[in-house]
Amino acid sequence: MRYALLLNNPEPSDVGITEEDMEPARAAFDEYAKSLEAAGVLVSVDILQPVAVSTTLTLRNGSLQIQDGPFADTKEKLNGVFVLELPDLDAALAWAEKCPAAQYGVIEIRPSALFFADGRWQSTT
Amino acid sequence: MAEHDLTARRAVERIAREDHGRLLSLLAARTGDLSAAEDAISDAFVQALAAWPNSGVPANPEGWIFTVARNRLRDRFRSAAERTSVPLDNDDIARVDADETDFDAIPDKRLALLFTCAHPAIDPAVRTPLMLQTVLGLDAGRIAAAYAIPGPSMAQRLVRAKRRIRDARIPFRVPERSEMPARLSAVLEAVYGAYAIDWHGISGTSVRESLTAEALYLAELLAELLPDEPETLGLAALLLLSLSRSPARVGRGGEWVALDDQDPSLWDAAMIERGERYLLRAHGLGAIGRFQLEAAIQSVHCARAKTGITDWSALRTLHEALLRIAPTFGAEVALAAVIGETDGPDAGLAALDALRTAGVERFQPAWATRAHLLAAASRFAEAETAYEKAVSLTTDAQTRAWLAERAAEAARRG
Repeated sequence: MRYALLLNNPEPSDVGITEEDMEPARAAFDEYAKSLEAAGVLVSVDILQPVAVSTTLTLRNGSLQIQDGPFADTKEKLNGVFVLELPDLDAALAWAEKCPAAQYGVIEIRPSALFFADGRWQSTT
Repeated sequence: MAEHDLTARRAVERIAREDHGRLLSLLAARTGDLSAAEDAISDAFVQALAAWPNSGVPANPEGWIFTVARNRLRDRFRSAAERTSVPLDNDDIARVDADETDFDAIPDKRLALLFTCAHPAIDPAVRTPLMLQTVLGLDAGRIAAAYAIPGPSMAQRLVRAKRRIRDARIPFRVPERSEMPARLSAVLEAVYGAYAIDWHGISGTSVRESLTAEALYLAELLAELLPDEPETLGLAALLLLSLSRSPARVGRGGEWVALDDQDPSLWDAAMIERGERYLLRAHGLGAIGRFQLEAAIQSVHCARAKTGITDWSALRTLHEALLRIAPTFGAEVALAAVIGETDGPDAGLAALDALRTAGVERFQPAWATRAHLLAAASRFAEAETAYEKAVSLTTDAQTRAWLAERAAEAARRG
């Protein structure tokens, strides 16, 4: 079963945190990712750039609309996604608890429904 | 001149390291303003670094720092008073020559400071960091590293807590006899918290700067300041006896070594002895408590270094007593494991099955214990499944490897 750990927290610059300040958290993330890899459960991970760099696109109003910024402007932002291959939700909770972002943000654990690989859509169960 | 600079700097560094808690508790006690007192101490250090290379380090450098910092604070409040015309505090210590203050003759206020840090009005999550900063002088960055969070987040929590102490006028005082039990238990929990950071944190503890030395310092300080409280002695004993086994916890190949497989000759005999002394003194005071029982359990394990065996029936009595006074999920599972040793694996499994606590199905120790007992009962197929479940709930690489090896062994024998 695949689970996405969605990391939601205020962006560091919004709460006055500098690059240098992130150093302990970065070291913890490094160790965390290595633990996931060593356990053979890591499918992928992306830590996202700040939403200020986001661009939003839609055609749903009939014409192409492209605009600066995020789709939804919220206080807490989606800042990263870990995709993990795990036997069950208990295991996902165990790993989410150890995620460094849990110390200052909220982690949403969302089971994956489908993924695309080897030329076809596959169910994750 | 360079040599005098160095001597002065060393003296200042030593005071910053050893006397921070005493200086801060004395300076902040009157106003409750920890931040202002910290600033005054920093100013005094700067002044010392400017003055001592020329004048030489005074005979009583701690007294010098204290007097300069106190004068600095008084000036600050005086100018504030002039602005707001609030009457001045009547200070009993007159403005004296800094060199003459005998620091050692001033009473120690650190105990009051410890109680302030663990006051019921302070968020329990910030009590331990607050103690580490105010009593030991650790900077927010170092504490943040131990908790693996960004430095400013920790600094912000600390600043908020200090502001609360000042604005809500949380007093600097040692509680009276009647309120002591509840208040002391909060202080003990917070000190224990400094030790426990390592054990429930991020996987791969190496990333965190361990604070076990600081936890041990606080526990022994508390035992020294409150020598007639059995639980303070119990906590110091618990930390010493647990930490005595650290050298044996990791094998040559970096693998985790279970307690029963550890080589007792690697345990720190001096720490065990120190721990046993605290435990004996605690016992002599005749009031049992959670930390003493936990220490006594560690003591039974440590006794294997001398006797070569583990006294499981003594462990059972202690675990049952612990469960009565401090019922926790972990203690229930630990008792089931001990019952598995005294009464056989089936009895241990029955004890595990009887647990109804919510969350038991995703509690890693319960699965590891169940797997161990199933293997002991020669139910290898079930043991393998249980070990695999335990592996899936484990994030630490060494523990995963150890459990995976047990699972493979169960598969071989099944």
